[in-house]
Amino acid sequence: MSPLRRRLMFGIPLAVVVVGGAGFYTILRRMQENAYDPHALPSPLIGKKLPVFALPGADGGQGFANTDLLSLPKPVLVNWFASWCVPCLQEAPMLAKLAKAGLEIWGIAYQDQPGDLANFIAANGNPYTRLAADASGLTAINWGVYGVPETYLVDRTGVVRWRYAGALTDDVVSGTLQPLLQQYA
Amino acid sequence: MIPELGHFALALAVALAFAQGVIGIFAPGLRDARAMRAAPALALSHFLAIGAAFLALIYAGVVSDFTVENVADFSSSIVPLMYRISGTWGNHDGSMVLWCFILSLCGATVAAFGSGLPASLRARVLGVLGLVSGGFLLFTLTVSDPFTRLWPPPLDGAGVNPILQDPGLAFHPPVLYTGYVGFSVAFAFAIAALIEGRIDAAWGRWVRPWALLSWCFLTAGITLGSWWSYYTLGWGGYWFWDPVENAALLPWLTGTALLHCAIVVEKREALKAWTVLLAIATFSLSLSGTFLVRSGILNSVHSFAAAPDQGLFILALLGITIGGSLLLFAIRAPVLAATGIYAPLSRESALVLNNIFLCSIAAVVFTGTLYPPFVNLLFGVQLSIGAPFFNQVVLPLTGPIILAMGVGPLLAWKRAALLPVLQQLWLAAGVALVVFLVVAADRHVIAAMGLAGGVWVVLAALTDIAGRVRLFRVSAAGSVARLFALPRAAIGATLGHIGFGVMVLGIAGMTLATQKVIVLTPGQSTELGGYTWTLNDIHDAPGPNFSQRVADVSLSENGAVFLTLHPARRYFAAQKVVTNTAAIKTNGFQDIYAVFASEPAGTGGAELRLNRHPLAPEIWLGGLIMALGGGISLSDRRLRVGAPSRKKPAGAVA
Repeated sequence: MSPLRRRLMFGIPLAVVVVGGAGFYTILRRMQENAYDPHALPSPLIGKKLPVFALPGADGGQGFANTDLLSLPKPVLVNWFASWCVPCLQEAPMLAKLAKAGLEIWGIAYQDQPGDLANFIAANGNPYTRLAADASGLTAINWGVYGVPETYLVDRTGVVRWRYAGALTDDVVSGTLQPLLQQYA
Repeated sequence: MIPELGHFALALAVALAFAQGVIGIFAPGLRDARAMRAAPALALSHFLAIGAAFLALIYAGVVSDFTVENVADFSSSIVPLMYRISGTWGNHDGSMVLWCFILSLCGATVAAFGSGLPASLRARVLGVLGLVSGGFLLFTLTVSDPFTRLWPPPLDGAGVNPILQDPGLAFHPPVLYTGYVGFSVAFAFAIAALIEGRIDAAWGRWVRPWALLSWCFLTAGITLGSWWSYYTLGWGGYWFWDPVENAALLPWLTGTALLHCAIVVEKREALKAWTVLLAIATFSLSLSGTFLVRSGILNSVHSFAAAPDQGLFILALLGITIGGSLLLFAIRAPVLAATGIYAPLSRESALVLNNIFLCSIAAVVFTGTLYPPFVNLLFGVQLSIGAPFFNQVVLPLTGPIILAMGVGPLLAWKRAALLPVLQQLWLAAGVALVVFLVVAADRHVIAAMGLAGGVWVVLAALTDIAGRVRLFRVSAAGSVARLFALPRAAIGATLGHIGFGVMVLGIAGMTLATQKVIVLTPGQSTELGGYTWTLNDIHDAPGPNFSQRVADVSLSENGAVFLTLHPARRYFAAQKVVTNTAAIKTNGFQDIYAVFASEPAGTGGAELRLNRHPLAPEIWLGGLIMALGGGISLSDRRLRVGAPSRKKPAGAVA
């Protein structure tokens, strides 16, 4: 092997690391600008209609089925939550704010006990236009719910446009949700 | 007061580490003997300073000083003492201190026991360690300070994450970190050798014990982690190809390769540049593994949360350390010439083959782990690569390793003949074939290949030892005497291979596992794996900082109850978290594994996950045997730290 080729060969590891490092740098910059979220989980439902389900009402709220979400005056946020979930507690003020601003939020209580749910709603207010219960958790499996809280944006024709796993934050609402709401209004 | 002292000690350690780095690296070039002697002293004082900071942090945890934010966030006064201590390193900031502490411990060990090393080499090694340590200490002090104060202090802390309240996990991070960080010494030796432009057998004798020591800890750490996830997470799985696990597996793979090719440097003075590259790669992967996981880039179930600005700092540190060392490698490594030559069929070639396959596996795992974020970066597509990919790609690469590792140790150095070796191994091969045919007859081909492979590796390793002690050719007493006269390195290597074989047996056995998820009401029973499983009762039971619901599950075979299990669901009030405590009964060759998953509303019963895992214990037993083999090999006189350099190393002039 010629000396030059030998030298070039010994530079390969460095080249690999330089390329990798540049990639990581770009990813981190985009994470800082909120342009990239490694925790964003792909949902198979995006761009599709919701699977068949019919959930009973909970805590005096009106239950709903997938057919109720097919023709709507404006987009609806479907929020999965549970009284036993701490991030849901943190998310409650944000949902209250959104509901007050006129956004329609339909809630689904995931694997919850009626008494606990009543306490949760009593303590944190009720931002939900409709409130259903998925006591068995089977509907959540069909939706591919990753955990609670989790939020879906359903447009006027019943197509899922967006899914967010985790508690909604100011950044997510102003950066992602508001533009989507305008787009599908 | 104590946390302030700890904070001060941490700041002092940064200064000492950088002094050690600069003096250690530049003093030999200036031929300043006094400055070179300062490096070990600085390494020891730098170790003491971090030790003081670490103790101060532990103290704050033990006395539950909630004015320290780290303690308030991750500890609580009702947690048992052991977890108040282990909670110190159960979070990002605290684990950084532990990491730096172990790194400084490595440096202090080189300083204390390295008096036999050439003064310039020792100074340079300590210099490299000092710079690495200084960088990460600076990171700890500036953007992830564990001593940040909180005022007013909360009445009680948020508590230790319930999942981490487990003896297995309390000691998993220190063991794993020692494994990761120990490779820093091999790395420092590699960099020092590149600066000096010289590598010889004496260098190999110094690097190998360190690589071996770190490898033992890494093996034990990974085994402990796998065992922990098996019995705690309640999924009954032992390896998930999660980015965090892959991050530990990658340095293990390259570290194993390093371990094998350092033998070639030591004995034959060949493969020098490759060994240096492996030393750099292993430590680089250890660093990337520890820190990329924290940057938030990799999506993992058990990563520490860290802000992106911490990520950029870490990336800069990694860039300087890894990029700098590879730049040095690109410039200096071409001058490292091999002196030993060997035939295509020889022990050297077998070790090269081992390296090729281990590094191929590492490359595949590396690609699979980093593919998702990079695809997202380039094409904006979200995807996740899971266990099926890794299993499909890693298994075919493991096959040749299994075949070769039976033959390799029996080959002679320089030039070997295959036929006599195969004649020795016919028994091992025959038994493996019988195992394969018997299991494959039940249509479990994958399990059959795995079991046959495991049997082959174990028997081939035993054949090697039997040949060395001349079993059945001299009297039994003679064989035993020969066994004790064997170099411990040989026994250690054999045990390492046996351990791997045993682990392969366990993994193959797990492919035959049977499981069932079922809702039972008290009194009902179900059939699984030849046993009748009956739920007798569900009841409450008290715990120190949790309340729990316990299910009593009894197993019977042919009507006779032989075992009662008590899987439980624990509720930790402080964090409002429920954990499942699996009940596992093992007899050494199979695990009976039951999880109390939930109490479905309205059924009055329990959702149970029942599993029968044949050979599961062998997975961790194999890992421990491997680590033990490494330990025995480490106690060999030839490798004992410092021992070879008591007399003037013969190859030092090369």
